[in-house]
Amino acid sequence: MAPRTPDAREDFREILRLVRPGARVLDVGCEDGALLDLLTKQKRIDGQGLEISPAGVAACLAKGLAVVQGDGDRDLDHFPSRAFDYAILSKTLQQMREPRHVLSELLRIAEQAIVSVPNFGHWRMRLSLMARGRMPETRSLPDPWWSTANIHFCTLRDFTDLCRELDLRVDACAALAEGKPARAINPDGMFENWRAETAIFLLSRRSDDVAPAPQDLFGAVQLPTPEGATPAPRPRRRKRAKA
Amino acid sequence: MDGQADAKAEVEIGGGVWKSPAGKPLRLDSGARLEPLEVAYKTYGRLNESRTNAVLVCHALTGDQHAASVNPATGRPGWWDRVIGPGKPLDPTRHFIIATNVIGGCMGSTGPSTVNPKTAEPFALTFPMITIADMVRAQAMFVSSLGVDTLFAVVGGSMGGMQVLQWAADYPERLFSAVCIAAAPRHSAQNIAFHEVGRQAIMADPDWRGGAYEAAGVRPEKGLAVARMAAHITYLSETALQRKFGRELQRDGLSWGFDADFQVESYLRHQGTSFVDRFDANSYLYITRALDYFDLAAQHGGVLANAFMKARGVRFCVLSFSSDWLYPTAESRDIVRALNAAGCRASFAEIESDKGHDAFFLDEPHFDQALRGFFASAAHARGL
Repeated sequence: MAPRTPDAREDFREILRLVRPGARVLDVGCEDGALLDLLTKQKRIDGQGLEISPAGVAACLAKGLAVVQGDGDRDLDHFPSRAFDYAILSKTLQQMREPRHVLSELLRIAEQAIVSVPNFGHWRMRLSLMARGRMPETRSLPDPWWSTANIHFCTLRDFTDLCRELDLRVDACAALAEGKPARAINPDGMFENWRAETAIFLLSRRSDDVAPAPQDLFGAVQLPTPEGATPAPRPRRRKRAKA
Repeated sequence: MDGQADAKAEVEIGGGVWKSPAGKPLRLDSGARLEPLEVAYKTYGRLNESRTNAVLVCHALTGDQHAASVNPATGRPGWWDRVIGPGKPLDPTRHFIIATNVIGGCMGSTGPSTVNPKTAEPFALTFPMITIADMVRAQAMFVSSLGVDTLFAVVGGSMGGMQVLQWAADYPERLFSAVCIAAAPRHSAQNIAFHEVGRQAIMADPDWRGGAYEAAGVRPEKGLAVARMAAHITYLSETALQRKFGRELQRDGLSWGFDADFQVESYLRHQGTSFVDRFDANSYLYITRALDYFDLAAQHGGVLANAFMKARGVRFCVLSFSSDWLYPTAESRDIVRALNAAGCRASFAEIESDKGHDAFFLDEPHFDQALRGFFASAAHARGL
């Protein structure tokens, strides 16, 4: 698993916005615990990490984080239901052997899930595949096909389809791009499926009595942003009749 | 070296044998009672005013209370000298570290070699059967006598790790954190099988005399040595044995006989003979039996998670070693899954090591780092 490099910070910043202070948070694939550490310090969360690599686990323990060495594909089943307020899966869903099961499990274990996924429908991908006839290698997905950890790619539309199938509600969605502030988007929008390089979703289960997401999910919380960056505008809420 | 010795000299070391007050027997799982109960112990460091910095260190099958000071029986450094000391993960300049000899042991706590006041003879096989829970109950009584209500941490490896789990099940309200190393929630068929080999070796020694060897002025040294040799193999890994000894010979050429030709034979024989100098055969029988009887899930309706239902306030750390085949990582994972299922805050790491079960006594930097990180954050949370 590639280490989280500074270009993952947009991701972190959005997650920091979303998580409410004092929440119970599970970070699946927490690597060296950088995100949990940040959340612990800034949001006083009660955090728990799940990480497969020994080096990552050692780094988490050294930071004083609660971490379990384990596999997101297999070990989520052992957590009790509703043990967490948030389950975070940051840019690793496409690395899971069973993304559908993992997604479903996240929303059994936690009230809400924060999931970020690289969009394979991004224009760079499409252009690269069309022009070169080879698996795209881009700045967000730099490894060749035979060494990439990403084994289950999807586009934004694929992902929202899966959410519908699992009866999940998208409470908020924003597009992330390196070095730019997050941009709230409608993930079902045709244009966004070309434009968004990575998207971050706040999900909950439709059938559950989860409190509706507050209006200011992507805007009101003031967090350290790079100079010049402005808070993202409010997300466009998806309006759909309850099934 | 001098600097280290000086730092060591500042550590306050206490110890002795605690005797339970009259009328307060230790009630055993078997239904029997031990009275008076004696617990041999050592302490390192000083209890703080708020009494929040006490750490109980639980020893393994053949360990003792001499965790971080020279063992008078062997003249060797304490068995966890690597982990306990100034600047080490358990620091007696900050923590009040308590180590006891388990009941059934032979280093001063009540056990089969204790003289039965009624007969003026050693208990030997009239000593009642004991369990891990009994050991922990005795520790809890003793810890209370020190004025410690809540332990900052209880920590142990192997059988010590099982005591840690038992503490979490029986006295969760008295724990702030718990560290279970290279242990299992139950003894497997293979674990029991190896122990049975050891016990049979002891009991097959004519000098065992039905357990009454002390009265006869003899000791089943050969049987106990064989038991130790068999057990010692389970504490190492195949890789470690191969690396250390391979097929190396003791001297040039084979002896064409049954002397110790191979270095590994000589090593095991040494392990056996040095063990009998420091350990009692009946204690070995009783403690291995206590381990075989250990099954934490069975004590809780067959569901391991039920054992930890009241331990949600305890911070857990579970550590295993990749080459441990005595209590393999899968056992620790079972513990962690049960802790998760019970909603406990748990950390778990499998330490990469080729040194086998005994890795927790040995130089494993990642293990030290994990302990250090866990204790540091727990201490922070405890305000130490």
